[in-house]
Amino acid sequence: MTSITLLSFNLPIVALLPFVGAIVAAWASRINRLASAWVAAFITILSLAFLAPVMALPFADETLIQSWSWIPAIGLEFAFRLDGLALLFALLILVIGLLVIIYARYYLSKNDSMGRFFAYLLMFMGSMLGIVLSENLIQLVVFWELTSLTSFLLISYWQHRQDARAGASMALIITGAGGLSLLAGALLLGHVVGSYNLTDILAAGELVRSHTLYLPILVLFLIGVFTKSAQFPFHFWLPHAMAAPTPVSAYLHSATMVKAGIFLLARFFPVLSGTPEWTWLVGGAGLITLLIGAYTALFQHDIKGLLAYSTISHLGLITLLFGFGTQLAAVAAIFHIINHATFKASLFMVAGIIDHETGTRDMRRINGLLKYMPHTAALAMIAAAAMAGVPLLNGFLSKEMFFDQALMASHSSALAWTIPVLVLVAAIFSVAYSLRFIHDVFFNGEPIDLPKTPHEPPRFMKIPVDLLVIICLSVGILPMFTVAPILAIAVSGALQTDPPSYSLAIWHGFNLPLLMSFVALALGILVYVVRKRLFVWHEANVARWDARIIFNAILNGMDLFAAHVTRSFDKGSLQSASAWVIATALLAGFIGFTTVPAPLLGTRELLPVDAVSILAMAMLVIASLMTAVLHKKRLIALIMLGVIGLVVSLVFVKFSAPDLALTQLSVEVVTIILLLLALYFLPQTSPQESTRTHITRDVVIAVLSGVGVMVLTMAVLTREFTPISEFFLLNAVSGGGGTNVVNIILVDFRGTDTLGEIVVLALAGLGIYAMLQGMKLPAPDQDSHGLPWSNDNHPEIMRTLTRLLLPLMLMIAVYIFLRGHNLPGGGFIAGLIAAVALIVQYLANGIAWTNERLKFDMHWAIGLGLLIATTTGLVAIGLGYPFLTSTFTYLNWPVVGKFEVASAIAFDLGVFLVVVGAAVMSLVELGKLSDSSHKMQQKLERESTRHSSQSPPQESQ
Amino acid sequence: MEWLVSLAIGVLTATGVYLTLRARTFPVVMGLTLLAYAVNVFLFTMGRLTIGAPAIIDKTAASMQYSDPLPQALVLTAIVIAFGMTAFLIVLALKARGELGNDHVDGLILAREEQAEQLRPTDAPPSAQGSHSPKKEAN
Repeated sequence: MTSITLLSFNLPIVALLPFVGAIVAAWASRINRLASAWVAAFITILSLAFLAPVMALPFADETLIQSWSWIPAIGLEFAFRLDGLALLFALLILVIGLLVIIYARYYLSKNDSMGRFFAYLLMFMGSMLGIVLSENLIQLVVFWELTSLTSFLLISYWQHRQDARAGASMALIITGAGGLSLLAGALLLGHVVGSYNLTDILAAGELVRSHTLYLPILVLFLIGVFTKSAQFPFHFWLPHAMAAPTPVSAYLHSATMVKAGIFLLARFFPVLSGTPEWTWLVGGAGLITLLIGAYTALFQHDIKGLLAYSTISHLGLITLLFGFGTQLAAVAAIFHIINHATFKASLFMVAGIIDHETGTRDMRRINGLLKYMPHTAALAMIAAAAMAGVPLLNGFLSKEMFFDQALMASHSSALAWTIPVLVLVAAIFSVAYSLRFIHDVFFNGEPIDLPKTPHEPPRFMKIPVDLLVIICLSVGILPMFTVAPILAIAVSGALQTDPPSYSLAIWHGFNLPLLMSFVALALGILVYVVRKRLFVWHEANVARWDARIIFNAILNGMDLFAAHVTRSFDKGSLQSASAWVIATALLAGFIGFTTVPAPLLGTRELLPVDAVSILAMAMLVIASLMTAVLHKKRLIALIMLGVIGLVVSLVFVKFSAPDLALTQLSVEVVTIILLLLALYFLPQTSPQESTRTHITRDVVIAVLSGVGVMVLTMAVLTREFTPISEFFLLNAVSGGGGTNVVNIILVDFRGTDTLGEIVVLALAGLGIYAMLQGMKLPAPDQDSHGLPWSNDNHPEIMRTLTRLLLPLMLMIAVYIFLRGHNLPGGGFIAGLIAAVALIVQYLANGIAWTNERLKFDMHWAIGLGLLIATTTGLVAIGLGYPFLTSTFTYLNWPVVGKFEVASAIAFDLGVFLVVVGAAVMSLVELGKLSDSSHKMQQKLERESTRHSSQSPPQESQ
Repeated sequence: MEWLVSLAIGVLTATGVYLTLRARTFPVVMGLTLLAYAVNVFLFTMGRLTIGAPAIIDKTAASMQYSDPLPQALVLTAIVIAFGMTAFLIVLALKARGELGNDHVDGLILAREEQAEQLRPTDAPPSAQGSHSPKKEAN
């Protein structure tokens, strides 16, 4: 029973467990240094254990699919799949991952953070498992991009090194961009097939290949594949990724990261292959990459550089095999995937051991290590021989199959005879660089000037290499008893049919592939012998060709282009930016006006004009114009602004909006005091700096805006309409329990909006407080006419009057607040009136005096207000109603009589507190600023008069 | 009457836009305040103009003739929020003055130019008047 339930969800656990393990590993490093390595190894084994119960299924030719619906609207399922191909890759990822973890535990030095390393490694492992086990295509792409991100973290593990950061970002840019391309391809493919599930897609090969979108899909997919698997022309990121710690290289560049692209080629082989486009693109890229990699590898002096280019070359080989497009070629490709993973992982580990024990990776200095580390040397020689394709090793078998396929392909067209020739050239170089790896490092005289005296590494650092080399040997000698079953199911998983008949025997008799092998070995040795001359030629002619230069040039070009585009729109000037925004709005408005065929003005009856209104409007217009014209004299302009505010509140009075009038009036008082306070710290006049054309432009824009808005208003006002307010008018009394509809809308019908608005207000108040902390501004010691400030800061009459007024004003505020539900008033207005009452005290009596008596911190007012308002809403939820539902009842108080209590009044209290808090806080903080700078000024003056008693006396007024 | 109100909104908008395009922070803040007036009155008039019929339910009255309460509720909060934004902006302007030593809307550029100016004559001591030295360029 348990096995059945486990079988229904073990695949996601296999893929996601490493992500959980990453957290544990990062955390475990706090306990001790090695704990995270243990955690990582344990998690890997656990993942293997979760995979184990279903491993038998692919061998029985069954495909296991576990899926859950996720976002059906976009075809996204949380779906996993296990077939032969997925099993092969999952095993490679987990087993080699485990070996790398053991190896890394000894490789990392005391200064390296173990937790970070193993956390990254586990996340990467999980991402890779996600790719190979995904059934859903979109999910696969997500894991694909995760490998790009996590490999970025791994490559840049040594963050302090510039080359590590540069290499990591290059890898991320290229593979990440490839991932986006893959996503586009995946979406197209899903669109063509009508499903994002691999089962459907793999069965729809005919449909896809004959579809008009086939070529775009293929190209987009291949960009993803080529970037990830370092195929020409994207191969250059891989050598730069060698800045990573060697265990990372061993993992990423043997079994995992770069094999993800190859995995995709295998996965979609039944869908996308078999067309001339496939052969040309895949085969072409593979062949070029094979040659470039093999050639360049020979000339690397860095051991890891050699292995990096060799990896590129072998990836090219596998890609070329898939490019041939035949079933046998696919067999050879998958076989070589296994072989390459084993010998390359062991070679990278050897390189790491050498680096670790000698302190350098430069093959010109590392020589003759055989006598210092014979065991390692033996391992390296076997693995390198496998890489070169020497008989009795696994590399030989797959290379034979490769030669065979190359010869088969040579019949396909007139020029195809070049394929086996070029393949042979690559094989010759492959032998040569393998030979260099062995001869240069382990023989060739004595080591030159090594930082450390080399010796054998710790035993457990060699064990992973031992195991991998044993695999190389056993596969090479006894293929039928080792690799055959897993290869067979992987091939059938990739081809989605029964595998073709092939022979894994070591001996096929004397034939052309065998001849090619021996020719490659012989000529490879020859090339190595004459290497000195080749090196000179290479340095002189080829070495300067570095794709990184082109990559950097493209990157810089894009940077410059983006900067150029930005700069041509944004000149860093607010004035021109605002002008553009307003002009665009004008243009939009103009288009709107001219394209609507209806007459400009409607036929609604207009209200009669009266003399008082004309007078008020004339005042408003004159005051507005004076504000604009006299804006350089800031104080006068500010007074004009006050006049405008007052007339606006009169407008509200006239047109039946008493709440608005009250609000506008009290806001006006607060605003003008605020601006006056601020003006104290700013220049009293603006300098003349705009040119005449500039002013003309602004006037034109301003006048056009004004006319536009005026016409728009008129167009609306002359038309009839049906308001949606009927509902509020009808339901205010019955639903909200009050007669002031505006207030009911604010605190009841649209309470959530109001809550949002007081939050904005609260944030503005807190923001002001934060900005003013620790700010020091030079305060002028005289007014704009050169007169000193009055000594009488707080005139006696004003002080007395305001103190008398305070209780009165607060009482009015309470009164306005309480009646708000039925008559003009409410939290906003009452809050503003209370704020004005308090601010007046500060103004008249000074901040110190007032603070002594008013010990209430305005932060509390804001916080409490928000809390009360929100709690009112939450109580409604608690009682099972929607957020901020209100209720009301009627109370009968003696003396006062019957009056109505609505829960909304609590909400309004919250509004009240926030308004008081925000308004008082803004003004008082500004006031404190002036207070402190005033004191600072006085102190400075006192000091300067004391110090400069000998200097000429100051000019008096 | 509608013409009068429209004219008022138009003038408020025009002067507001003009001041918003000025080069110094204080006029810009005043301009934005004017624009806020214009927008508030404009929104308010979207409920059409009604004289002598505030939206306070009177059960004794026979007719259901009230001014439109919805725009009023909108504008009421808008007025308060506009105050909050004005306050925030003006303090931002003060902060910029304190950090950069000038009140230009593109103060950072001006401050850089002044800094370059100061650096040129090597014998002249840097002015001690500014409370904060202009911020150093990041790049």
